[in-house]
Amino acid sequence: MSMFDGLKFRNVSSPIHRIDPRAKFIYVCVLFVISVLFSQIIPLLTIFLIQIPLIIAAKVRREWLRLIRGSSFFAIIIFIMNIISLYFYGGQQQSLESIIEYSLAMTLRFIVLVESFSIFFLTTSPDMLGLSLEQMGVPYEFCFAFTTAIRFVPVLAEEAQTIIDAQRARGLELEKGNFMKRIRNYIPVLVPLIVNAIRRSLEMAEAMESRAWGASKKRTNIYTLKMHRGDYAFILISMVMLAVSIYARLFIKIPSIIQILQD
Amino acid sequence: MAIIEAKNLTYTYPFAEKPAFKNVNLNIDMGEFVLLTGPSGCGKTTLCRCFNGLIPHFYGGKLEGEIIVAGLNPSEHPIHEMARHVGMVFQNPENQLFALTVEKDVAFGLENLGLPRDEIRRRVDWALKVTGIYDLKDRAPFELSGGQQQRVAIASVLAMQPEIIVLDEPTSFLDPLSAKNILETIYQLNKDLGITVILIEHRLDLAARYVNRVIIMNDGSIVLDEEPRKAFLDERIRLMGVGIPKVVRLYMLLREDGVDMGKVPLSPEETSNLIREALNFDRG
Amino acid sequence: MIEVEDVYFTYPNGVEALKGISLKIEDGEFVAIMGQNGAGKTTLVKHFNGLLKPTRGRVLIDGVDTRHVSVAMLSRKVGFVFQNPDHQLFSETVEDEVSFALKNFGFPEKVILERVEWALNLLDLKEYQKTSPFMLSGGERKRVALASVLAWDPKILILDEPTIGQDSYQKERLRQFIIQMNQQGKTVIIVTHDIEFVAECEPRVILMANGRIIADGEAKQVLTDTELINKSSLVLPEITQVFVRLNDFGFPRNVISVYEAKRLILEKLFGGIGR
Repeated sequence: MSMFDGLKFRNVSSPIHRIDPRAKFIYVCVLFVISVLFSQIIPLLTIFLIQIPLIIAAKVRREWLRLIRGSSFFAIIIFIMNIISLYFYGGQQQSLESIIEYSLAMTLRFIVLVESFSIFFLTTSPDMLGLSLEQMGVPYEFCFAFTTAIRFVPVLAEEAQTIIDAQRARGLELEKGNFMKRIRNYIPVLVPLIVNAIRRSLEMAEAMESRAWGASKKRTNIYTLKMHRGDYAFILISMVMLAVSIYARLFIKIPSIIQILQD
Repeated sequence: MAIIEAKNLTYTYPFAEKPAFKNVNLNIDMGEFVLLTGPSGCGKTTLCRCFNGLIPHFYGGKLEGEIIVAGLNPSEHPIHEMARHVGMVFQNPENQLFALTVEKDVAFGLENLGLPRDEIRRRVDWALKVTGIYDLKDRAPFELSGGQQQRVAIASVLAMQPEIIVLDEPTSFLDPLSAKNILETIYQLNKDLGITVILIEHRLDLAARYVNRVIIMNDGSIVLDEEPRKAFLDERIRLMGVGIPKVVRLYMLLREDGVDMGKVPLSPEETSNLIREALNFDRG
Repeated sequence: MIEVEDVYFTYPNGVEALKGISLKIEDGEFVAIMGQNGAGKTTLVKHFNGLLKPTRGRVLIDGVDTRHVSVAMLSRKVGFVFQNPDHQLFSETVEDEVSFALKNFGFPEKVILERVEWALNLLDLKEYQKTSPFMLSGGERKRVALASVLAWDPKILILDEPTIGQDSYQKERLRQFIIQMNQQGKTVIIVTHDIEFVAECEPRVILMANGRIIADGEAKQVLTDTELINKSSLVLPEITQVFVRLNDFGFPRNVISVYEAKRLILEKLFGGIGR
């Protein structure tokens, strides 16, 4: 299991899975706004912790943890970059502690964003995603391209591995050589991959045409997304969170960790 | 009554030097189960693409002569209209399954046609049951075995209720058991529903028992158009490299040595019955 | 020689594809590894050139443990022709394609020219030397792939599902080709579920099911065993299907060749004493 499994749909049944993708999308947007609103550790940490019950309810703990662990690399980079930029460019006005605190907060913001995106993608099947796009008015061709791309990601990944194996069996050593040589080593992998992708799309186009693609301007869909009470409740909760956050940002003075420690 | 009529049909792919097939004359009646075969490159796949309009609309090129399929001239009707009468199942199951559930895949064609939702549901359930995959309804197509995937492809074509189904080497990627089962299913479609079936297939040993007509092409022409028991005896096809079923070969070898089994067998079961009769007769 | 010693293999996604495989393939043998899709056949042969390394147990090629050597090194001895030639073809000309591996292995220029010439002639591809492989037909592309592996003259040749999509003429050519290679001393291993093809070739047959070897012996014995065939989701060869139904006449069950079938029937009809 790689890090990216944290962004791939996990097909289990859970209350979170059943929430309409559009409601979840609103949730993600709200969370995005909230995490940008705050630069202090306490509120960001709160948001981080609030989502944990969602993750548990969605039964996606393992995949989510994988993603967090994988993104820790980027988190550390963000942390270091923030410290460096604040230290060298922020002048000597800020103390080292406040720099560290701010950088931690930025890192936490990143993690919160990853967390909410992850919840969205882990609990929303590409089918449902495509469907909600369709119902929101996106032209069918794009929705189809979107769902088909997702459907073929595992297929292409497997094919890439097969091609690599086939070329390794002819003595290709991908890791050897200087930088330029290594790039050239990938040509025997990329060419078959691209050629086959093209061939595959032609075959698919043939099959699509043979199944009356483009027959009717008004295409039916056997599945429809309907918003239920639970979905509206979810949106309502998100809105409430947003309202509370805006209020807190404007009217409440949030202490920094340093201040708390000093007291 | 003829459901496919071709007269002097010639087709050349764009930029090709010579035609893929020339002066093909063909009459296929409703309800027939036709085996179309021949060495690689003989033009059989190309010919079938003419039945649902992929030629000339999708491939371009030059199509000469006349062809009427289900009363329509494919050149004058868009592919999506021909698709209501001619369903096509391709060789590679992977590249003809698009959706993330079997149900959605089988519904694909009907959704394209804009049929009302309950009509679609009805037809999808029916197609799934006829092909024996109703319990796979909610599975993801790419998780299924090759044989199951081909069934999904057949179901999705069947749902559109065409009069003709064309299958282009559907067993290529399947193991022998799945191949056998799929051909049996296709035969049931022909027998029970009266659907005209055109099957392109190299594995004659598996298909021979189901078909009522064998058309063999070579180098762009039809060289043989017979019922199977006569067709397989023709010396010419062995020279072309078309592999006749081993049981037919056995029949021919025995005949060379003066033993006539009585009938050209098209399956191992038939063969053992004929041998049994011959031996009993001999004994009795 | 290939030695597989109690090999277990589990894929990263947790699927245990090989559950305790042990076998030996001597130099110059002709072996068919058969079984249903998913039985572990391709997984097993990928261990022979090091593409996969055992999770447990070991694989020795001429005494060398595959875990200690690179795939490139093993490939010098073990040539692997993949099922789909389109997973390999990438060059501008057939010539370039066939010389690819030779260049990777560091053959000198002069030798490369000789070997390419030899391989192209062997597989009837000389006329396409300067053609782009993408312009060729399916069957021709398969031959280019084969040529590109034979070019470096590996002593062990593995063919993964070589008969898929081939017509009878192409299969017959392939069969004769395999026999020719085997007669020249190469070890030939084919992975396939094409029963009729294997029945024609009559190699040693190793039958796999669910990650295990369930049979290892003569084609005539293995392919005609109804129980084994059922366990591996294959079908009996055509001729065998005829004879299992004629058991009560005293015919043997293990008949796979048309010629033997003819002989037995004629014997029963005209020869033999006491019926």
